[in-house]
This record gives sequence, C-alpha cells and structure tokens, in this order.
Amino acid sequence: MYTKEQIHQAFVERHSLYVQQLLYKGNVAIVGLGGLGSNVAVALTRMGVGHIHIIDFDIVDITNLNRQQYFLEHIGMYKTEALKQQLLKINPYIDIEIDCTKITEQNIKPLLYKNDIICEALDNPETKAMLVNNVLEHFPEKKLIAASGLAGYSSSNDIQTRRISKNFYLCGDGMYQENGLMAARAALCACHEANMIARLLLGEESV
Amino acid sequence: MITINGKNIFLEDGYILAEYLKKKEYPIQRIAVEINGNIIPKSKYDTTILKDNDIIEIVSFVGGG
Repeated sequence: MYTKEQIHQAFVERHSLYVQQLLYKGNVAIVGLGGLGSNVAVALTRMGVGHIHIIDFDIVDITNLNRQQYFLEHIGMYKTEALKQQLLKINPYIDIEIDCTKITEQNIKPLLYKNDIICEALDNPETKAMLVNNVLEHFPEKKLIAASGLAGYSSSNDIQTRRISKNFYLCGDGMYQENGLMAARAALCACHEANMIARLLLGEESV
Repeated sequence: MITINGKNIFLEDGYILAEYLKKKEYPIQRIAVEINGNIIPKSKYDTTILKDNDIIEIVSFVGGG
C-alpha cells in the first residue's frame, strides 16, 4: 500500500508543487459516464484533481467496452460503482462522490450546486441540451464544458475546443455520424474536455 | 446587422428568435441559444426579439458520448 504522501510526491515530481496545489483545489462534476465521462474521470484522477463528483444512472454493458474505461468484470454493475472502483485503483486517496441517478430538469440544482466546474458528458442530444441550458440559466457563475460530435474515425484534427461565452466551452466536431462511437475519437474529445478543465483550474481561460 | 455563429446577417427589424430558429429548421430540443453571452431560456424564444448588433450563438448538440 502506498501512502498519501508518496502519491503526493509523485504528483509534485511530474506536475510541480505549484500546479498540483491548484489541481487539488478542483471541484468538478462529470455528468454521464460513457465514452466521454469515464475518460474525463480517469484523466482528472491521474492529474490529482481534488474532488470529483460522478453522475450516471446506467449499468455497464458489453457494448460499452469498445471505448469506455470499464473491464469485462464490470458488466452489470452501475457505472458509478465500477468507475469509482477504477479510480480508486489509480489513487486510493482521491475524493470521489457518486450519484447513481438520471439527470433531469428537477434534480440539476440539488445535484450540481456544490461543484465549481460542470462537465457535460452525456450521450443523448436532448439531454445534453437540457443540461447545458439549465446550467447556463441557473448557475451562470460555474464553468461548463460540454461536448458535441465525437463519433466515427474522421480526422482527429476536426475535434476542437471552442469558447462559446465567458463560462461555456464546447468540445467536438459538431458532426452527426452514422458510423458509431469508437475508442480513439471518444477519448480525444474527452481529453479536450479534461484538458480544458485542467486549464481552468490552472487559471487559463482561453482555449 | 446581427452576428449568428460568427456570420454577419441582415434581418428585418422585429425578428423573433423562435421564428428564425423555425425558418432555419433548428431542432429546438437539441440546441442552446446565447445572445450577447447570456443564455436564452426556451420559454423566452417566443418573446425574444433580435436586435441590431446582437451576437448570437446557436449551439446544436448531436448524439454520442
């Protein structure tokens, strides 16, 4: 078993003490734990972000394994529980809060009011729009990072991060594609979201 | 002149946001609209009038996550 101090020293060796102290202060909600959210959560955990709140109602299915951070042994488990298990294997001292529930217009406020940064990582376009509209309306002071368009195997370079307004960032290529969701591009878009979150925690607001 | 998603567009005075979205066939349930950096709640699409110099961002969401 590694101590908290050993893991802290490893972060400092890679990231520097200055950067790590800012990452520790991070308080991020990730809504949706599929190809986007599970990859965002792993990246934030590896960076040592202080508090991660993961939200999803779904269970792990065999068709998730092509792009999501789960193993065969997780099939049938709630994504929140399976992902928490994964994240604690990366860093047993990370502060993870889980909510196994479907996000709705009614529960957005109680679910998200404590978090400073909201990462939209849902699958369904109507639910994505519902979350984004409600966060922008009810929590205009929070940072919101959303995603649209990550399917298929088009050029990696079509996936971008854009700043739509002061606190609203959008990642992806914006394109609907028939040819399915694949690991590389899902992770690319997820890491656009994760890196924008890291930039915000480190005081960089530009894309 | 107003700016929509970075493009300058001439619209007649008094154009309602909901009419513009309908004309351009935006899927209302899959979008978010900001005018001059402020979100427009869906309940206000019918009463929001587009004004000269407005900067409008219409964000469309596609499935996949």
